[in-house]
Amino acid sequence: MPITIEMPKLSDTMTEGTLVRWVKNVGDQVEIGDILAEVETDKATMEMEAFDEGILSEVFVQEGQKVEIGQKLALLLAPGEGKPSGEPGPAQKAEKAAPAGAVPKGGEAGQPPASAQGAQAAGAEDQREEKRSREEEKVGTTDGGQAPAKAAGAEDEQRVKASPLAKKLAAELKVDLSTISGTGPGGRIVQADVRQAGERAPAKAKQPEAAPPAAAPAPAKAPSAAPQPVAAAPEDKRIPLTGMRRAIATRLLEAKTTIPHFYLQADIDAEPMVKLRQELNATLEAAGQPKLTVNDFFLKATAQAATKVPQANASFDGDAVVQFANVQLACAVAVEDGLVTPVIRQAQTKSIGRISSEIKDLAGKARSKKLKPEDYQGGTITVSNLGGYGVEQFFAIINPPQSLIVSVGTIVKKPVVGGDGTIRAGQRITVGISCDHRVVDGAIGAQFLAELKKLLENPVLLLV
Amino acid sequence: MKYDLIVVGGGPAGYVGAIRAAQLGKKVACVEKERAGGTCLNWGCIPTKSLLRNAEIYHVLRHRAGDYGFKFDNLSFDWQKVIGRSRGVADKLAGGVEFLFKKNKIDYLRGEAVVDGPGKVSYRGADGKAQNIEGQAILIATGAVARELPGLAVDGKTVVTSHDAMILDPRPERMIIIGAGAIGVEFAYFYNAYGTDVTLVEMLPNVLPVEDEEISKTLEKALTKQGIKIFTNTKVTKTESDGKRVRIGIEGAKAQTLEADCTIVAIGVIPLVPKMPEQINRDKRGYIQVDDRYQTTVPGIYAAGDVIGPPWLAHVASWEAIQAVEGLFTDHRPKKVTLFPGCTYCQPQVASAGLTERAAKDKGLKYRIGKFPFSASGKALAVGESEGYVKLIIGEPHGEILGAHIIGPEATELIAELTLAMSLEATYEEIEATIHAHPTLSEAVHEATGAAFNLAIHI
Repeated sequence: MPITIEMPKLSDTMTEGTLVRWVKNVGDQVEIGDILAEVETDKATMEMEAFDEGILSEVFVQEGQKVEIGQKLALLLAPGEGKPSGEPGPAQKAEKAAPAGAVPKGGEAGQPPASAQGAQAAGAEDQREEKRSREEEKVGTTDGGQAPAKAAGAEDEQRVKASPLAKKLAAELKVDLSTISGTGPGGRIVQADVRQAGERAPAKAKQPEAAPPAAAPAPAKAPSAAPQPVAAAPEDKRIPLTGMRRAIATRLLEAKTTIPHFYLQADIDAEPMVKLRQELNATLEAAGQPKLTVNDFFLKATAQAATKVPQANASFDGDAVVQFANVQLACAVAVEDGLVTPVIRQAQTKSIGRISSEIKDLAGKARSKKLKPEDYQGGTITVSNLGGYGVEQFFAIINPPQSLIVSVGTIVKKPVVGGDGTIRAGQRITVGISCDHRVVDGAIGAQFLAELKKLLENPVLLLV
Repeated sequence: MKYDLIVVGGGPAGYVGAIRAAQLGKKVACVEKERAGGTCLNWGCIPTKSLLRNAEIYHVLRHRAGDYGFKFDNLSFDWQKVIGRSRGVADKLAGGVEFLFKKNKIDYLRGEAVVDGPGKVSYRGADGKAQNIEGQAILIATGAVARELPGLAVDGKTVVTSHDAMILDPRPERMIIIGAGAIGVEFAYFYNAYGTDVTLVEMLPNVLPVEDEEISKTLEKALTKQGIKIFTNTKVTKTESDGKRVRIGIEGAKAQTLEADCTIVAIGVIPLVPKMPEQINRDKRGYIQVDDRYQTTVPGIYAAGDVIGPPWLAHVASWEAIQAVEGLFTDHRPKKVTLFPGCTYCQPQVASAGLTERAAKDKGLKYRIGKFPFSASGKALAVGESEGYVKLIIGEPHGEILGAHIIGPEATELIAELTLAMSLEATYEEIEATIHAHPTLSEAVHEATGAAFNLAIHI
């Protein structure tokens, strides 16, 4: 029986993916668990596994093509099913698409169908049989021949995981289910999510309906405050958004416009840390072990400070503040065309050495686009370090739903006034924190920063 | 050795929490002072279901044998065997829990536990020696025990709680049951079926006061018809026991004094708290207070089940423990109980989930009622159990199931479909669109959704 393979949702924020490469070719035998293709999401390039077995009889999407979640990618047939002798040509494909035992009707089989959907229409009668035995959501293939566009649309709606009540409510409140994320089991959209979305943007939701459709070709995407389209000169380059760039744009716009940020900054005496690091690294190097970076000290210190001041390791959640039991420590890593924030799990339980090796590993994966969703989801606090670029100080944008981000600058040689009033050359590093005032008040932010300063100026505390 | 989790109490919260933690690869100890399985398995849900099944069969043979074409002259029963079967079932299941502990490599430690502080538990084993164990986290799941009536000391013979009520021997001739919640009603059904003269006294206006009023009224009628004397809206004013006989003064429509060989006090439970640090806050009724992650006011010490308050149900306790444990050891964000089924196993059975009609009204919700009687169900008639009905409270305008109430045959099994529907936020349309097998009792659920819109076929 034919099995349609659709674009899977490979991450929470993914709405579409680019089919980078077909690993299997048409005609290949596919086993459950085989890698079918590589797909680029907004976060990473991932391998797409087969959940069914069969022969890859047809691909609907070419390499490099961008595809929405749920859209058909390929067709699998059971071994021996409708398989014609000889190489599969377009006409034979039509037969192949029909299930075993399908009798091609009159002229239909003789004419090469215009499209893949057309191919399935040949076996529509027989496929209807399967409709009963197969999952309803895959039925799209059956109707494809008659009304491909409509069927695809209907299928897309099905693809949003939402409770029946949520769907009805969404229709009433004019909330687009594809724009909200669910809090039910497995990310399913439930009633409460729709109500929340309805409350959040009642005006925006109603706008498209109010505008006369003919007069407003694209008002839905362009609210009145939207900037003018960029006037591009011929020599300018227009770079289509990658999934990652789109995710960064959406999330950070939301963060900067909806989170009441405030900022605190402190100068930290970097000498003790520089000295300790030199000593440690000499020992580590002698033992053939990887060296520690300045960033490792900041990661460890952040994890420790977040344990000491748990109010900073928290999230604003509508009607409550969620204080996390574990420090899921995210660290911003620059990658080609953007950044990702892989997460060190339960960082409060890990030594600086362990943190160092984990972040090295995660950053490597990030750069080669091999991060899995579990590598970057669920962070509770973030460290961003631009010291390597010579940046002296900055304030990063909070990474929602977190409430605090630590921004680390470079070590600067500065004149320092010593305890005895004399001026000498010292080493300083400027640390900024950005806080969500809904969760973290000034005093709490200050406590967190003071703790961070204390730890970094007495770095032995990070080793015990 | 340091454990990842020490569970105090081996009942439905404790043993389930311990097993889930072990499944997540954690090193777990479970300390239990009596026997694995807790109240549910040893002195609650399970052994009473055994007794009730006996009662059901005996009731049918005694009163309805003719309907089914049975004839016999001297129907009698062996009371010791009735009780013995119930104890046997409990023994078998308790052994099953111990096996599960072994299978999941959980250290099952026997003795009464003391929570000495975060990460520290001690217990005194059978040898009388105090043992200290340490763990990353502690889960308190010590449950609850029956609440006693002030001025009426429980003696285990004439004044008993549910615990002793399931092993009373000889069977009392006359019995007064104080409290018509699920426990009181189940014992009333059981003893009445075996010929004891049962009086059921309830302070609130209805039997099973948490259930939908209409259901409670229907049940009251059914139980009265079976011969149980029921006094609702009735207070107990005076209690007296001489160790052989009890005299209970009641005041409802009129004041009177009842006399019996035995009284069961079934007026609720009180938390059973282990010795633990004072910093663990408790509410004014003594239940341990926990936050959204089931953590007590002492970090690292968690609690779940009856000990954190109502509803006092085994299935809720297990669910809470799983939430707590998964919150502890995974990225799962624990949830609090919002929707749960409640079941009473007398005949006719009563089961419900969600809002009662009164609650829906009080909340100002718009709703319609869908009701279907078992007397119109082919299967119910075929098996000869056509008492009762399915009553659904369906929200307007979206058709979500706000409340589901069933009284009748296998109500406690039928509620599962509706609880799932509610948990998935299904609307009446999804139930309506689902083919229900014929002939089954579940067709009554299907028809009840139709009935809400005058679309039921069989009424």
